[in-house]
Amino acid sequence: MIEMIVIAETKDGIISPVTSELVSVATALGGNATVIVPGVNDTAATSGAAISGVSKVIACVGEQFSNYDAAAWAAAIDACAPAGVIICAATENGKDLASRLAARRAVSVVQDVVAIDGGVLTSPIYSGKAMQNVSLHGDAVVSIRANTFSPSSDGGNAEISVVNQSADLKTAVREMIAKASKRLDVAEADIIISGGRGMQDPANFAHLERVADTLGAAVGASRAAVDAWEEISHSMQVGQTGKTVNPSLYIAVGISGAIQHLAGMRTSKYIVAINKDAEAPIFQHADYGIVANWQDALPILESELKALLG
Amino acid sequence: MPEIAVLVKRVPDTNAKIALSGDRVDLSAVKWVMSPYDEFALEAAMMHKESKGGTVTAITLGAPDCDKVLKDAKAIGVDRIVRVWDDSWSDLDSNQVQSALVSTLKELSTEVVYCGKSAADTGASSTGPGVAERMGWASVSNIIGIEFEDAGVEVLIPRSVGNARTGVSLPAVISCDKGFCKPRKPNVKGIMMAKRAQVEVMGANIPTPSINILSHTPPPQKAPGQKFEGAENVPTVVAALRNDANVI
Repeated sequence: MIEMIVIAETKDGIISPVTSELVSVATALGGNATVIVPGVNDTAATSGAAISGVSKVIACVGEQFSNYDAAAWAAAIDACAPAGVIICAATENGKDLASRLAARRAVSVVQDVVAIDGGVLTSPIYSGKAMQNVSLHGDAVVSIRANTFSPSSDGGNAEISVVNQSADLKTAVREMIAKASKRLDVAEADIIISGGRGMQDPANFAHLERVADTLGAAVGASRAAVDAWEEISHSMQVGQTGKTVNPSLYIAVGISGAIQHLAGMRTSKYIVAINKDAEAPIFQHADYGIVANWQDALPILESELKALLG
Repeated sequence: MPEIAVLVKRVPDTNAKIALSGDRVDLSAVKWVMSPYDEFALEAAMMHKESKGGTVTAITLGAPDCDKVLKDAKAIGVDRIVRVWDDSWSDLDSNQVQSALVSTLKELSTEVVYCGKSAADTGASSTGPGVAERMGWASVSNIIGIEFEDAGVEVLIPRSVGNARTGVSLPAVISCDKGFCKPRKPNVKGIMMAKRAQVEVMGANIPTPSINILSHTPPPQKAPGQKFEGAENVPTVVAALRNDANVI
């Protein structure tokens, strides 16, 4: 049997929920998982041991894990991990690390896996306009899209070992420039409300922000909006040349649904579209479409949500 | 003065429809372009040369029909254009691609590599960090700002808490997001130069494949949704999101 190695995602010293999804992928690929928990200490390792399907937890401990440094992380994790198939989360850093680990072991990497059937792994290509189905021969590294596989349940009781593994940093963070806005990033949000050119003026994004605040959502934008208005930053752009997102709920306001945009959000669990043009292509992809001006729809949406969520 | 390389890739235009023919994508009718993020990598490479001197080599991996992206880079002003290829290659996996590129970068004595943060076809983001690991180099990914220093670069990397101003010593691979610079357009002289420029073709020894592409399939289709006329239906949709979809 091929060994499965899961690289846990952690945030603020706690294992992120996606780690349980990675363990269930390990099970689907036919093995119990050794979970590597990188960190400056071993506190996050305990929650990794509680995931069912985990045979062993290795806390990989070193100062290099205080900030992401691709070379140092790959070197330390590689030293802790046995041979086998390595499974990472397909986050920005997770994919970067997956590439490094695969190269370090001179094996191939399959990124953004969204389905597994027997030994066949499926990833979107051309930003989801088609799917590619591949098989692995021997050891490999795969990265898995979050929110796609059902998580492995709790109830495990795996043994934890602690390995102190330092590695040299190849980059130096000189300053962390805090975000001007405390708003969630679209790549991390579970709910996103995005605006397009139909918002008519960047100042009107304030209406989207008010709805976002009620929902705890991030505010996104189409490429057309980002290109047209300097005030709308590229970091908000959802689409093929922006961010690919996979939230539970995506609300598209004044977005026609260009293929470029659909490529970045089509896998959202639920899509709501608000557009005055009944023929807009976005409606073909929406679970709930509302043909209306945003000026009419957004105030009602905001007050309804406030009534519901306080 | 640094030997600078930029990796560029030929991809279908991001607005292109991707058709399937049998169990493979059919790209015979698409318009081909340089992958959008690579344009920013190319601009960063040119800025590096203008700031610190050296030479810029644009490198692509592919069959002769990929020469066009190299000519486009030449028209912008790169010094050399190199295509890595062997006619026996097809459907290369990441291990093969990176091995081939590393062999070329070593031959060119490259000290810094620029690339786009991902290619618009696979979207994998594997090549930059993978090449860096094989070279034993530093890498920084998805940068949104850059300053050139004598022994390295200072880049801006977006993190969840803010932007990290990060120092990187060369040699290194730098993968570029868009937005931090404005890729220059070729001028007439550049385009004339590019027409006459020779593409250098380099081969490489690559490992056997370890990933098999079995098929391409259309994306899963969602069941058709519900469509309502008029803003007065917003409460109905909110109720459905709450009670049926359980997402709020």
